[in-house]
Amino acid sequence: MTQSFDMPLPSESAPAEATGGEASVTTGTESVHTAKTLAESKPPTDEEVLRVENLSVDFPTDDGVVKAVRDVSYSLREREVLSIVGESGSGKSVSSMAVMGLLPRSARISGRVLYRGQDLLAMREKDRRSLRGRKISMIFQDPMTALNPVHTVGDQLAEAVLAHSLVPPRQARERAREMLDLVGIPQAAQRLRNYPHEFSGGMRQRVMIAMAIINNPDVIIADEPTTALDVTVQAQILEKLLEVKDAVNAAILLITHDLGVVAGLAHRVLVMYAGTPVEVGETDDVFYRTRMPYTAGLLGSIPSMTSSHGERLRPIQGTPPSLINLPSGCPFAPRCPLADATCRSSEPPLAPAYNPGEGGRRSEGQEDTDRYTEHLTACHHWERLASVEDPTTFFRNGGQNP
Amino acid sequence: MTTTRHESEERHEAAPALLEVDDLEVRFPVYGSGLLRRVVGHVHAVSGVSLRLAERETLGVVGESGCGKSTTGRAILQLVKPTAGSVRYRGEELTSMSSAGLQRVRREAGIVFQDPYASLNPKLPVNDIIAEPLKVHRRWRDGGPERVAELLRLVGLSPEHGNRYPHEFSGGQRQRVGIARALALEPRLLVLDEPVSALDVSVQAGVVNLLEDLQERLGLSYVFIAHDLSVVRHISDRVAVMYLGRVVETGTREQVYESPSHPYTQALLSAAPWPDPRQERVRERIVLTGDVPSPVNPPSGCRFRTRCWKAQEVCAEQTPELTDRGNGHPVACHFPD
Repeated sequence: MTQSFDMPLPSESAPAEATGGEASVTTGTESVHTAKTLAESKPPTDEEVLRVENLSVDFPTDDGVVKAVRDVSYSLREREVLSIVGESGSGKSVSSMAVMGLLPRSARISGRVLYRGQDLLAMREKDRRSLRGRKISMIFQDPMTALNPVHTVGDQLAEAVLAHSLVPPRQARERAREMLDLVGIPQAAQRLRNYPHEFSGGMRQRVMIAMAIINNPDVIIADEPTTALDVTVQAQILEKLLEVKDAVNAAILLITHDLGVVAGLAHRVLVMYAGTPVEVGETDDVFYRTRMPYTAGLLGSIPSMTSSHGERLRPIQGTPPSLINLPSGCPFAPRCPLADATCRSSEPPLAPAYNPGEGGRRSEGQEDTDRYTEHLTACHHWERLASVEDPTTFFRNGGQNP
Repeated sequence: MTTTRHESEERHEAAPALLEVDDLEVRFPVYGSGLLRRVVGHVHAVSGVSLRLAERETLGVVGESGCGKSTTGRAILQLVKPTAGSVRYRGEELTSMSSAGLQRVRREAGIVFQDPYASLNPKLPVNDIIAEPLKVHRRWRDGGPERVAELLRLVGLSPEHGNRYPHEFSGGQRQRVGIARALALEPRLLVLDEPVSALDVSVQAGVVNLLEDLQERLGLSYVFIAHDLSVVRHISDRVAVMYLGRVVETGTREQVYESPSHPYTQALLSAAPWPDPRQERVRERIVLTGDVPSPVNPPSGCRFRTRCWKAQEVCAEQTPELTDRGNGHPVACHFPD
């Protein structure tokens, strides 16, 4: 099976890291290692690998039913990075765990999760297990808890190979070494014998990435892959993610709360609030043509790197609603400066954020490609956002109605 | 209320900086595993840090985990005993001060911790949490309950909620409780140790705005410790960048952010992701290789040299001092930009 992997030779990417980088070479000339950017990575193809349709997840509890995820739909193409953004409790992690089939039995899941046309939710557990970790893999936030502390990294990586294919253990181990090399761990052959605690945080996350790509997956779900890391290490890991995406032609589902990470890494964005998508679109549309007040509120809450001194942040008032007692109407209405009676009585559907006939690039009969370019919002008043230059201004003065 | 105190009190206009830290050093012993538990080494958490803070100023201290920024904050308030160096608060040396003296100083200098879940006693209602410093410093008798209510209002919480326990509040509200407690004794100086790092961005912005309002209204000075570069840029007047126990660069926020001179500062700023997709897709980003070395055995000379693209032999031999090149923007580098 190893023959089928078409990856760059490890030697191409490894030595720079192995010596501590060209950076430490004491020559007179300055050489800075600059990161690969999304613009330089390979563009997505038109081949759909994953489609999620109307996914909902409920957790029955003693206090009532927690509606953790409501009606999430998206599709993902080869080599595409789709980012799911939201704050704690928005359902972004639960929805991805549902895709992986990692939720506890108590979870009530509905909808469809189609991997190349096969519904993962309707599949037998045995078939699903053969896809999980092979065709769809996952990178967890905290590598210290995701890796087994009592087994060496080499054994754990080899196990990931052996679980899915009948290859000699030696070959699996060789494959593990290649992967460590690929993710930039120096002296990979020796490091295979180390235990997770012997690695630093950034190196552990590299091991997680190596494990995620070891079976050449089509979809990598990265759940807050850099949240636990320092910013300079985060930059290394994000660059690696882009590199491995191109190396194995995988699609990445990037789950994060950090809009900065999204800006640099995602082709498309899905913003979640209170368990449901509230804005979906290409990254530029969502950032520069924001059509949902919640997204605008998030953007206004981040101090910009160009603002002048004394400029105020524009936070969102209040806190997210309880997922047991969702408010009627739009879940964001209680915190929204634009909310009116309509918002409080009826929940807006996720619909195109442009009027019929508007938006030149959309023509009939293009439904399939539209899926990847359309800009959707769940807001009754998206037109009011469209009418102003900077929608974050709605959150000025504590979000009092302007 | 508190504002009147500052007005009524006579203040020396030409007084020295509110806080002066010189060559602060904190080392923690590392014990061996043998029977005698001998000291086998030291963690050099803070090695020769000097800082200045003027009244009503915010000094941002940035750096990555393990750079010693939190230890510096605690050592300033003598919550961790410095191994060497001096900390002067309004001209008074704190490192050699008696505990009675320190108790007096701590009325004026408080701290807000990072984790609003761990720093509030879960068994006490919020009223009691905020009342505790008042009781310890014998201020409870004259109008204690009213003061607690006033503090809750000051941080944007309703006094009716004072009987609730910490678990009944959200993260942002808890951090407001922590701030109210720190303000109870009408301090002049607050050490804010990652005060918003544990919060969601939309909540974080509210707490940042609150801190700015309080500074304005109460004339506070802040030492704002954080790893989030954009928050530090937003709130600080001056910024100190730390790496492995040392300050590598310090200056006004414009100097540090617009013209970073130390390679580490440049790398740090360039690695920080900005929420601006057009720029991010094409921006050249310096990626440092490797990890931060261990503070038990820091590199000789410049501590950043193992990851620096400018490193030469001199960097391993001589420790670059934090030197001002005549523009009030000191940098500790042999080859600054």
